[in-house]
Amino acid sequence: MKTTQPRLRALVCSSLLALLLLALLYAQWWLGDLPTRMQFEARLAPPGLDHWLGTDALGRELWARTLAGLALSFQVGFLAALLGSAIALGLALLATFSSRLDALISMLIDTLLSVPHLVLLLLIAFALGGGLQAVVIAVAITHWPGLARVLRAELLQLRAAPYIGISRALGKSRGFILLHHFLPHALPHCLVGALLLFPHAILHEAALTFLGVGLSPSQPAIGLLLADAMRYLSGGYWWLGVFPGLGLLLMVLSIERIASSARRAL
Amino acid sequence: MRLALATLRRLLRLGLILLCVAGVSFGLMMASPVDPVNAYLGPLVAQVSPEQRELIASRWGFDAPAPVQFGRWLQQLASGNLGMSHVYDQPVGDVIGQRFMRSLALLGSAWLLSLLLGFALGVLAGAKEHSPLDKIISAYAYVTASTPTFWLALLGVLLFSVYLGWTPVCCAGPVGVSDQAIHLATRLHHLVLPVITLTLLGTASITLHTRARMVALMRSDIATHAFAQGASRADIAWRHGVRHASLPALTLALASLGELFGGSVLIEQVFAYPGLGQATVEAGLRSDVPLLLGITLFTALFVIAGNTLADTLYHVIDPRMRRPRKPAAMSS
Repeated sequence: MKTTQPRLRALVCSSLLALLLLALLYAQWWLGDLPTRMQFEARLAPPGLDHWLGTDALGRELWARTLAGLALSFQVGFLAALLGSAIALGLALLATFSSRLDALISMLIDTLLSVPHLVLLLLIAFALGGGLQAVVIAVAITHWPGLARVLRAELLQLRAAPYIGISRALGKSRGFILLHHFLPHALPHCLVGALLLFPHAILHEAALTFLGVGLSPSQPAIGLLLADAMRYLSGGYWWLGVFPGLGLLLMVLSIERIASSARRAL
Repeated sequence: MRLALATLRRLLRLGLILLCVAGVSFGLMMASPVDPVNAYLGPLVAQVSPEQRELIASRWGFDAPAPVQFGRWLQQLASGNLGMSHVYDQPVGDVIGQRFMRSLALLGSAWLLSLLLGFALGVLAGAKEHSPLDKIISAYAYVTASTPTFWLALLGVLLFSVYLGWTPVCCAGPVGVSDQAIHLATRLHHLVLPVITLTLLGTASITLHTRARMVALMRSDIATHAFAQGASRADIAWRHGVRHASLPALTLALASLGELFGGSVLIEQVFAYPGLGQATVEAGLRSDVPLLLGITLFTALFVIAGNTLADTLYHVIDPRMRRPRKPAAMSS
């Protein structure tokens, strides 16, 4: 019982995640133009039955904007985590080829890890000139080094394993060993690593958009919604600031829990 | 002698990493589609003819190939000249110096408080696994670890500044008062809320880490033995646990200086606190390349110093680390 429980929990959690993913991926279809539709007779309306989470300064429904923002955060975070872990896996596999290559890649990892994440994010977003693509790439580039370090250590340890030596002595090529021994060993670690990256990626995407880097102001991203809410804080329009952040917190927290149970199941 | 050699090697590696940081960040600046002449001119761009643009480009060396520009920049860097910030109209070194001094109050107090609070919570939670207190503290740590920094700050402003009116809404002092004229009490009053937010966010990782250490200790033979001798749980937590877990907590706190700085960037933005974090955002958004490069190097130095200090502390404090290490399988 004790061994099956974490697996069961991971399974239940990941099916929930899949459901969440579907709902958010199709948010654009079922929300329509609701996140951007203006209602001039209901500007800055407080939460109630007519406007579930209230409306913003242009009379746009906050619940629809929050959902659209979460969908965007989810997509950006997903793409960034995918890209980041792909880079990490690729470079960690490359590092097993030769010690010179390994030293080079370790140096790159150390270099990127020694710049604070947010500074690096701003640098890369600046270098790419903004836009959704820049946010995805910036988040991916700032997050791969941590995972790459773990994978590299894992693979280098594996390289010393007897069965790799036997495989080599039997005359298997490097490519064969890479494909049939290293990759299958690294893949589960990489998947869990990608899941663990995911919440960080989402938080950093929100932080970047909050600072005003990247997306155009018309796009309902959580960071932009909150930056907008900052301007109305002193007027007491609390719902503008509370709900988008709460949505983001719940999403990040649930993904984080799923990721940790996946790690425990590994 | 061996220690000196090791230190020298470590310093060399640090220098190399710093050089790499400089290279990577310079490369990123070069790759940017933002035109440096436009960024330099700002709103004056409409008043300048193409010939004058070329003159500016050659005056500032923008027409040289990238490696030459990098070489020149390194040369200036070596002589201590970081360039001029066009956003603040001051030498980059001065901007960083002034702003860092303001941020230091925020960063330093938040760092210390989060270390102490996180450690205390971690010890309390880990002393008795699955106790109600452990569940509450763990839940708190998990939630704060997933909370967007700037959202927590925003909620703080909403509750304490807008509704309760206890703390000021923004900035490091009253608007329109020069820096020297601000009283210390006023300064502290403006610092309270930013420090609390940054502290709360910093505690999560230290709490979880310390808790894991304590739980491991409580399951170990050391604890079983002590229990058999009749020691109470509090006794063991205090005599063995705190010693066992304090060094890792300190190292973790030193190694996460980068995270702390990232948090301060967001928090300074929310509170309009004129520190280094705000300058970073300004430099990024208004394409102030020299300032952005200067801040990158400075913060990298800051992070590297933290990591090195953490490493060294381990060797100095923990006698087990001084034994000759077995050749690890990794470093082959």
